[in-house]
Amino acid sequence: MLTKRIIPCLDIKDGRTVKGINFLALADAGDPVELAATYAQQGADELVFLDITATNEKRKTFADLVKKIAQQINIPFTVGGGISSIEDVGVLLEAGADKVSINSSAVKNPELIDLLSNTFGSQCIVVAIDARKRGNDWIVHTHGGKNPTPLKLFSWAKECMNRGAGEILFTSMDHDGTKTGFAIDPLTKLNNLLSIPVIASGGAGNKQHFAEVFAHTKTDAALAASVFHFGEIRIPELKAYLLEKNILVRGTQPI
Amino acid sequence: MIAVIKYNAGNIQSVRYSLERLNTEFVVTDNPEEIKSADKVIFPGVGEASTTMAYLKDKKLDQLIVNLKQPVLGICLGMQLMCAHSDENNTPCLGIFPETVRKFTPANHLKVPHMGWNQLEAVNGWIPRKLENQFVYFVHSYFVPLNTFAAAQTSYIVPFSAAMQRDNFYAVQFHPEKSALAGEEILRSFLSV
Repeated sequence: MLTKRIIPCLDIKDGRTVKGINFLALADAGDPVELAATYAQQGADELVFLDITATNEKRKTFADLVKKIAQQINIPFTVGGGISSIEDVGVLLEAGADKVSINSSAVKNPELIDLLSNTFGSQCIVVAIDARKRGNDWIVHTHGGKNPTPLKLFSWAKECMNRGAGEILFTSMDHDGTKTGFAIDPLTKLNNLLSIPVIASGGAGNKQHFAEVFAHTKTDAALAASVFHFGEIRIPELKAYLLEKNILVRGTQPI
Repeated sequence: MIAVIKYNAGNIQSVRYSLERLNTEFVVTDNPEEIKSADKVIFPGVGEASTTMAYLKDKKLDQLIVNLKQPVLGICLGMQLMCAHSDENNTPCLGIFPETVRKFTPANHLKVPHMGWNQLEAVNGWIPRKLENQFVYFVHSYFVPLNTFAAAQTSYIVPFSAAMQRDNFYAVQFHPEKSALAGEEILRSFLSV
């Protein structure tokens, strides 16, 4: 049986790991390569690195960091932040990333998804969607959640899939940083709508929240940042808890 | 010396780094003489079947691979290309394994691609016994059905071949270079055949 994935997310600013609360207020959380290696040893299934200050000048620094991460860790990882062209993706995959995640650039130019998945294969193209609920609609936002767009979550996610996205990383901006649990309702709908994997993001505060999202939705993977970085949830304990709740995850016992 | 075949495959870097972590001497090359004289050859692969086969033919790597006598390990698309035919864009492949590569049909809410950690079952041959029921990392939409050459199987929508062997040709559908300690054991097992 395919297992559910637990994914620590590392937001990278100037080479350090940071985590904002509701996309604001940055606090330092350490050296990304060290953190990545620790998570891999503890049994994380995958890692995500988001370059939150991506600019053209800093892209080379990030690619160097991606290379160091690839050399150190033996599990898959995704990188994202400011990616808007074939060249950007080529550099990051060449540095050793397994997948790239695109967000604002896909909204601005949806054909980028087709182009990237035709060039590199859909398996390595993740489309990240940040959305918040306004009235009855989940409105897609870009630029780290700053800019609302005319797009709605479900139709946009479906379009991304049809254009060749290999995975959707959905962050509920309403839940992000609140530690009150994942956005169960939109995740239920999203998973029923899509035939590609969905990664849930935003709202993880305790182990029960992970059990909830896997038990109540068909979500394939759950992502969190600060609860892991600050040691509030330890991955081996989280996995033992999920196994107790009959949610299949990769065990962390030695071979 | 291990030769990793250099071509337009997506995971050459990760294979390179995993061999470095195992302290193995290797060279990444598309030089026919270097490949032929290596002790072992690794044939990685991430991508699409028809473009990759066209590339291999263009570089005359197709005949070179088929005629290799030392142990050769195909990874992911590398394993699929070792089969006779792939349904991915109806592509004739290398024909080392007389099998046809099929596409997963989404069923019972199981999504395609098959992406993530899944279990090795019925391990035999070159796949170490202690890896029975251990998890390895898969990313693929096409699969090789079970056959007499299977050295491990995995279940997703249908049971399929997770690893195979025929004579000096070894193959894995998953990514040992991304499969944590279980993956390292499998690479070690190949390096010591």
